[in-house]
Amino acid sequence: MEDLVSVNNLTFSRGQRVIYQDISLRLAKGKTTAIMGPSGIGKTTLLKLIGGQLRPDSGDIVFKGESIPKMRRSRLFEVRRHMSMLFQSGALFTDMTVFDNVAFPLREHTRLSEELIRLLVLMKLQAVGLRGAADMLPSELSGGMARRAALARAIALDPELIMYDEPFAGQDPISMGVLVKLIKELNNALNLTSVVVTHDVTEVMSIADYVYILADKKIIGEGTPEQIRAHESPMVQQFLLGRADGPVPFHFPAQNLEQQLLERR
Amino acid sequence: MEWFARLGRSTLEISAGLGRAAYLLVGALFAKPQLKNIPLTIKQIYVVGVQSLLIIVVSGAFIGMVMALQGYTVLVDYGAEESLGPMVALSLLRELGPVVTALLFAGRAGSALTAEIGLMKATEQLSSLEMMAVDPLRRVIAPRLWAGIIAMPMLAVIFSAVGILGGQAVGVDWLGVDAGSYWSVMQASVEFEKDVGNGIIKSLVFAFIVTWIAVYKGYDSIPTSEGISKATTETVVYSSLAVLGVDFVLTALMFGTH
Repeated sequence: MEDLVSVNNLTFSRGQRVIYQDISLRLAKGKTTAIMGPSGIGKTTLLKLIGGQLRPDSGDIVFKGESIPKMRRSRLFEVRRHMSMLFQSGALFTDMTVFDNVAFPLREHTRLSEELIRLLVLMKLQAVGLRGAADMLPSELSGGMARRAALARAIALDPELIMYDEPFAGQDPISMGVLVKLIKELNNALNLTSVVVTHDVTEVMSIADYVYILADKKIIGEGTPEQIRAHESPMVQQFLLGRADGPVPFHFPAQNLEQQLLERR
Repeated sequence: MEWFARLGRSTLEISAGLGRAAYLLVGALFAKPQLKNIPLTIKQIYVVGVQSLLIIVVSGAFIGMVMALQGYTVLVDYGAEESLGPMVALSLLRELGPVVTALLFAGRAGSALTAEIGLMKATEQLSSLEMMAVDPLRRVIAPRLWAGIIAMPMLAVIFSAVGILGGQAVGVDWLGVDAGSYWSVMQASVEFEKDVGNGIIKSLVFAFIVTWIAVYKGYDSIPTSEGISKATTETVVYSSLAVLGVDFVLTALMFGTH
């Protein structure tokens, strides 16, 4: 299976804090890859690294045979036309209608006539079920609708790679179902390569072809959803089943409780 | 020793900040100009310029009126009240017009720019522009920077003009200075290049400083509510201080020697 993106021996740190220590992963072309892990371990950072917004300390990220960190800025901008990202907040432009938001990348990067842009935008909005909301402002949309509108904008230029940053966070069950369905359908219909960063285990296990589980700066488990479910690592099991205590401790490191309570100030 | 380390650390931080600010300026101003950006710049001129008109006109009028009132009480003792015209006009054109406009602009438009850009950063709009292969420096920063540089000198001219009219309202219409001498002595003693021209140069420099600080502080802000509020405050404080400091240098260069 051909890889669209491969991350090789990546190390990245913010200030003194190491986020990733020598991790490698691959995103197979045309497949949906899920990256899971507890919050606060920098899953979004990984997407920003793939998108070239951050540079790794060492290691390489290859997109279609080209190294992202080694690219010149102008080339990076060309390459980004082939990838797109759905931000956790949606990141719609608040001063534009939904229609103009979806039309934005088309107007920026193509020389299509306004008529053609209108057709394309309406088709994209139809795909996410928001054709009726074309004239609304982002502030008038519910959270789930905003994310769908952002999804329409993300697929406006028919990218090859789409990165979803926590697409299910804070959604009600219905919008969650809608998003799961959309991600699955878009991946098949547009022959996209998708990478979903999330901690919603059940949703993502149903759509992912391959799963990586990140914790503690490295990959602690990988495989197809079936392999992951059967994974012997106690840490992976704790994450999948949502146990409060286990290898990932419930308590943040601290001194002995009795000692601290009895301590005189 | 601790003190020494802290000095070094803050020097490094300040240098890094200046570097980022310079990088932003080069990316925004010296990028290939795009036709698409012209409507965006015009929209921003409306936001930072036209929408600041009210505060500029009202402040200009009151400052001119106060100048005339204060000037009159001093000048009338020496029987020199016909010099009221040039006094009001020169102090407005050379100093108060550019400086007060810049201070008001920093409070009215600069803080808004910082908050807007900071919020765009916090809501990931800047990141999403970048991921859509659109350079936020060109698309967001450049139009705002240009709009500030274009709008503020115009506001300063309007400020001075309204101030002179305010001076006339108090000096001539209320206190009874002869209208002919108010205007003719003013005409005789105000030089276009030296007074009007230098005032406009001053306000161009201030416009550049204030807008640069405002967009940089927004772009570089920590994208939390606390970070944005801190950035907005810093915009107003730093640009006011910078304007006052640079004003002294410019005044010394322009009017210091005879």
